[in-house]
Amino acid sequence: MDNPILTQALIVLLLPLAAFVIQIFVGKRLPRQGDWLPTSAIFIGLILAITLFGRMLANYDPAFKISHRFDWINIGSLQISFGILIDNLTVIMLVVVTLVSALVHLFSIGYMHGDVRYSRYFAYLAIFSFSMLGLVLVDNFFGIYIFWELVGLSSYLLIGHWYEKKSASDAAIKAFITTRIGDIGMLIGIMIILATLGTFGFDEVFAGVADGKLSGGLLTFAGIMIFFGAIGKSAQFPLHVWLPDAMEGPTPVSALIHAATMVAAGVYLVGRTFVFYSADALLFIGVIGTITAFIAATIAITQMDIKKVLAYSTISQLGYMVAALGVGGYMAGLFHLMTHAFFKALLFLGSGSVIHAMHHAYHELHDHHSDPQDMRNMGGLRTKMPITFATMLAATCAISGVPFFAGFFSKDAILAAALEKALTSHNPIHMVIFGTLLLCAGITAFYMFRLVYLTFFGEPAKKEVHHHAQESPTVMTVPLIVLGVLAVAGGYGHWFEDLVTKPDLAAYATTALVSPAVPEAGHEAAHTAHTMAMWLSIFAAGLGILISTAFYYWKKFSAEAMAERFKPVYNFLWNKWYFDELYAKTVLAGTHLFSRISGWFDLKVIDGLVNGVAKITVLGSRLSGWNDNKIVDGLVNLTANVVGWFGATLREVQTGRVQNYILMALGAVVLLYVLQLAFA
Amino acid sequence: MMPVGLTHFLVLGAILFCLGLLAVITKRNAVTVLMGVELIINAANINFIAFARYLDKDLDGQMFGVFVIVIAAASAAVALAIVLNIYQRMRSVNLDEADSLAG
Repeated sequence: MDNPILTQALIVLLLPLAAFVIQIFVGKRLPRQGDWLPTSAIFIGLILAITLFGRMLANYDPAFKISHRFDWINIGSLQISFGILIDNLTVIMLVVVTLVSALVHLFSIGYMHGDVRYSRYFAYLAIFSFSMLGLVLVDNFFGIYIFWELVGLSSYLLIGHWYEKKSASDAAIKAFITTRIGDIGMLIGIMIILATLGTFGFDEVFAGVADGKLSGGLLTFAGIMIFFGAIGKSAQFPLHVWLPDAMEGPTPVSALIHAATMVAAGVYLVGRTFVFYSADALLFIGVIGTITAFIAATIAITQMDIKKVLAYSTISQLGYMVAALGVGGYMAGLFHLMTHAFFKALLFLGSGSVIHAMHHAYHELHDHHSDPQDMRNMGGLRTKMPITFATMLAATCAISGVPFFAGFFSKDAILAAALEKALTSHNPIHMVIFGTLLLCAGITAFYMFRLVYLTFFGEPAKKEVHHHAQESPTVMTVPLIVLGVLAVAGGYGHWFEDLVTKPDLAAYATTALVSPAVPEAGHEAAHTAHTMAMWLSIFAAGLGILISTAFYYWKKFSAEAMAERFKPVYNFLWNKWYFDELYAKTVLAGTHLFSRISGWFDLKVIDGLVNGVAKITVLGSRLSGWNDNKIVDGLVNLTANVVGWFGATLREVQTGRVQNYILMALGAVVLLYVLQLAFA
Repeated sequence: MMPVGLTHFLVLGAILFCLGLLAVITKRNAVTVLMGVELIINAANINFIAFARYLDKDLDGQMFGVFVIVIAAASAAVALAIVLNIYQRMRSVNLDEADSLAG
């Protein structure tokens, strides 16, 4: 552990843990309920991560990689080691996680002011950051699984922070259980790895795959199983249902979950284990991502709750990243993960700021029934909340893929990767993936601008509410500004492409196996794809924005009339493709039915068996008791009686008179003498 | 006249022993029983000395005789003390009444 980089990374990891431990035990007794403690811990972590990042930029090396490992569990032949692995991707993730987390901490100081469990909230934020940092740093599947579950746990705690609200505690349980379904798949995948390769370490596993020790259908199956974990955590179809409900948590938590921690974990997992996936597994990943992107984008069009719109946009963007990884756009997917972290955190914190203002306004008016998150109650807020408006507009441009914003570059890279794959693979599915992703880009632009128009433009829906709304305090606007700058500037320079290189499976091979290098797409094809994808993406975004403007700014068309005209479609989207209902009808009803059958089985069969056994036992005891009373006791009594009779008879001899005894002795002597005479 | 030999002494001893045994078994008075015991002891003593005189020709048997007399005196003292105790407890020396060991 003499390497300063390792030490520094470990400090970044352990600071939030230390903060969590102190905060959870004594946080309440600290001044200001200890909010400064996790906040400063994560800020120190941020500074350390940034210095790491600076060092990495200074000593530019695409192949930079250090790791430290120690034996953890040795049971017979099973040896599990634990260690941390630092490469360029890790350092970038460290910066992203600590940055978003630090800003969320800062924002929360304002947002959560006066909350009943203020100190505990900060403790949970710290453990959340710790889990995510650990997930980024570990070097093996087993460790990633541990931190994976820790992330799940801390998200559960934070989503259910206001557990007095039924919907919040339900949402927390839903998030926990839904992601757990994916985790089972991941565990199966890890067990396949252990069974076939006998190790957990990333490098060893990849080497084993490269050497062909795990290949063919089993490799594809293992890859898909591992990806199932990502489906759960990164809210991919069909396990995406937990994420919109997770909006029940405090808004900064939503920002943290959506931007840097929970959902990013799945994408990071796929990125980290990228070489593990066979071509078929990658196709599966791409298809799942595309379906997710499309479904979520269409749902987001109709939603009225500002946070729900953002939630579905997150799912859609995650689908984008996963699809990008699926088509081999390793760099593009992770790049989008990073830029998305910035602008999605910004969007959530911005919406938090809006909700905070609306809440405040309702509070002033003593109105406790109106929903502060409903966009229909907003409008015209741009004059009241200029900083929130400006930063959210920047983030919206970024997510929509408006040129020269961060999201443009990453989204463009994804579309280019998809198009390149579609052009080179001759697989119609890849063409469909590209087309759907392009369509989603347009839809994304549409619903994001819809959100901005409904919230910040137009006439205020309620004059008096508008009157009372005001800009949030500095502690909340500063994070917005920082993220705003990143949402604009985060995509410039080719630093990400330079630093993160697509891993090559052949590089892991231990035997000198000369694998025929997969012919990379011709440079020309790549160039064509890039240019074409860029123009198409600008076109899609522009069209989306235009339609949105026509509907919600110029009011050329009426959204209500449109909804009325396409009532079935509208209802279908408004009800989120009826996924919740579908699951209620199938999975939930099935579970209930199963429970009922189990209950019946328990009551009738198991209880019947138990009662039957009890009856038989009672009968057995009766028999045994009779046997005991009559036969065993009878024998014992008989013995005792016989002995007693002898005793009673013989006691007559014992007269107690010495002279009788002497007489008997004399008699005995005489008798013996006679006998001696008779027989000798 | 027949010379006095070992047999005469042994017969005398046997008679004395039988008399003593008779007294021990039949008499009710504890003191009489003790007398019978003395007779038995002395019958044994006669045998010792007779055997010493006629068979061994040395003083071992006579030594035993003296020894037995001494022991008999001591045991008579102890026995009389017991009889006295019995009398103090039961105001009687009737052995038929001293049957507290009866089964």
